[in-house]
Amino acid sequence: MALFYLLPVYVLVITGLKSFAEVDLATMWKLPSGLHFDNFIAAWDALRPNLRNSVVMSVPAALLSSLLGSLNGYVLSKWRFRGANLIFVLFLFGMFIPYQSILIPLVLFLQRIHLYGSLNGLVLTHVVYGIPITTLIFRNYYATIPTDVLEAARIDGAGILRTYWHIILQVSAPAFAVVLIWQFTSIWNEFLFAIILTRPDQWPVTVALNNLAGSEIVQWNVQMAGALLAALPTLLVYIFLGRFFLRGLMAGALKG
Amino acid sequence: MRVAGIAFEEVSKVFPDGTEAVRELDLQINDGEFMVFVGPSGCGKTTALRMVAGLEEITRGDIRIGDRVVSDVPPKDRDVAMVFQNYALYPHMSVYDNMAFALKLRKEPKSEIDRRVKKAAKILGLDELLGRKPKALSGGQRQRVAMGRAIVREPQAFLMDEPLSNLDAKLRVQMRTEIAKIQSDLGVTTIYVTHDQTEAMTMGDRVAVLRKGLLQQVDTPESLYEHPVNLFVGGFIGSPAMNVVEAGLARSNGGLVAEFGSHRLDIDSEVLGARPGLRAFEGKRVILGIRPEDMEDATLTPDAPQARRLSAVVDLREALGSEVLVYLQLDVPQVITEDIKELAADTNAEEVPEEPAERSVLVARLDPRTRAKKGEPIELLVETKRLHFFDPATGLGIYGDGSSPS
Repeated sequence: MALFYLLPVYVLVITGLKSFAEVDLATMWKLPSGLHFDNFIAAWDALRPNLRNSVVMSVPAALLSSLLGSLNGYVLSKWRFRGANLIFVLFLFGMFIPYQSILIPLVLFLQRIHLYGSLNGLVLTHVVYGIPITTLIFRNYYATIPTDVLEAARIDGAGILRTYWHIILQVSAPAFAVVLIWQFTSIWNEFLFAIILTRPDQWPVTVALNNLAGSEIVQWNVQMAGALLAALPTLLVYIFLGRFFLRGLMAGALKG
Repeated sequence: MRVAGIAFEEVSKVFPDGTEAVRELDLQINDGEFMVFVGPSGCGKTTALRMVAGLEEITRGDIRIGDRVVSDVPPKDRDVAMVFQNYALYPHMSVYDNMAFALKLRKEPKSEIDRRVKKAAKILGLDELLGRKPKALSGGQRQRVAMGRAIVREPQAFLMDEPLSNLDAKLRVQMRTEIAKIQSDLGVTTIYVTHDQTEAMTMGDRVAVLRKGLLQQVDTPESLYEHPVNLFVGGFIGSPAMNVVEAGLARSNGGLVAEFGSHRLDIDSEVLGARPGLRAFEGKRVILGIRPEDMEDATLTPDAPQARRLSAVVDLREALGSEVLVYLQLDVPQVITEDIKELAADTNAEEVPEEPAERSVLVARLDPRTRAKKGEPIELLVETKRLHFFDPATGLGIYGDGSSPS
């Protein structure tokens, strides 16, 4: 199974390393004659501004949507108010709204607040669209924090915000790792909002990659190298944040 | 330390689902007193405690701490510290920071925080562990940290919610003494919730027995033991629990005699003097309570009077070294009342059958010199002065003329 899934990756990598002359459907499974790293240089030169756009867009969008999800999850799991369940269900509905169905009102709205065409508009869209899933993950994670601990903090004199800051946030690293990886990956890879909402000079790498192909002939080797470059950051984020998948941050709070 | 009493003034708690957890609780806890709330699970003791802490809203009535009504005061301004059943330590903080947290939030000067934490650590023997995280501590050490967190606050009152129930038996006994000592040294008013009657009896200055949200009786451990207001309290306090049989009271040469099955126990004038209410039950049925420790092997007492003897067959013998528990079959029907059902449900004893059994099982706590053997008959001497009597209709103890405790 794993091999089957890795087949496209294999083709991606070997094609990225071939010279243009070697790229042919007939020889697509064959290894390249030599390592042609110039494909990567060409792709890098073409995609550099777009990679920058992607970073500038994905990092704040992932961080903001995670932070908001964390706050929402905290309130919805630990400071339950009248109608909290209803609000949570409404949040969840947000996950099931297809992107396509809201495109027109979204564009009109962004035009109205003068963010249409800019990266900021795209950031805002991703933050809002991310809130349901981040809220869900954080709420479920915070539900495992014993209420006793929060009550102890309440008696010790911490209010809703100080409890969040001193207790909740301090034990949230595993949840943040999950949510940040998820959000960063999906925002980075997202295409539809990106192409609709941004001007060409603001294009993230996903859109630019599509346009790298040109119109007459497709330089498959450069295209594949570009795709690898575009996928690299999500891999790095996973490796970096994966270290925070620590289990048992709550260990020791309760009886042994 | 500013010490203050706590008063419950007709406090009721009704949960949104309609459960009445606490009903019109009226109770005055004195300055520096160690008050234990005890009762079976679901009796409302924890809810009452959480209302003092401010974690539970009060439906009706008022709670005072000192001379201040705190019913609408948020928890942090009530100046009370709580020790939770699960300890509820902050997992990411060191022992030191766990204890210092409340003081830091109050912006106490660093030197003062340090002084108080070090002092509490010393009292609790945590000096060596201040840098550790809770997960690196044993259960007993975590319990101490939870205590320390309360002590450093120097609050007007300690609230403890079954703090020892998660420790093993040996540690529990040790911590019991330790907590009682710390409390009396600091002189802080304390409410201590437990379902363990031994903890209640050994630790409390006074003990409040609750049942289904209603305060049954509040008194010193000795008085609860000697003058239980009803069958429930009588059965709850004391271990092993009081034996109960249904008996008829008949007149016999000026005094009364309790008859059950083929057994007769004299109730002499001394008992009648202390419980004048018994006269009204002449010719009627009563529930007779005999504590296991008020029976003795009759052969160990020379010329034990016939009128205070019980004969039975030994069912089981448990030697505990300093004493022997003997389970006896008695040819009288088992007594089943609401109180007894409730007590049995709490101790997870075998199911109480709907139909009373033909025979009762009694427990006697005898001197280790007894020669009682399984399956053999035994003669027991009953300390009739210490018998308890309850009205079968109401379950109330029979004391003065109005069937109320004297």
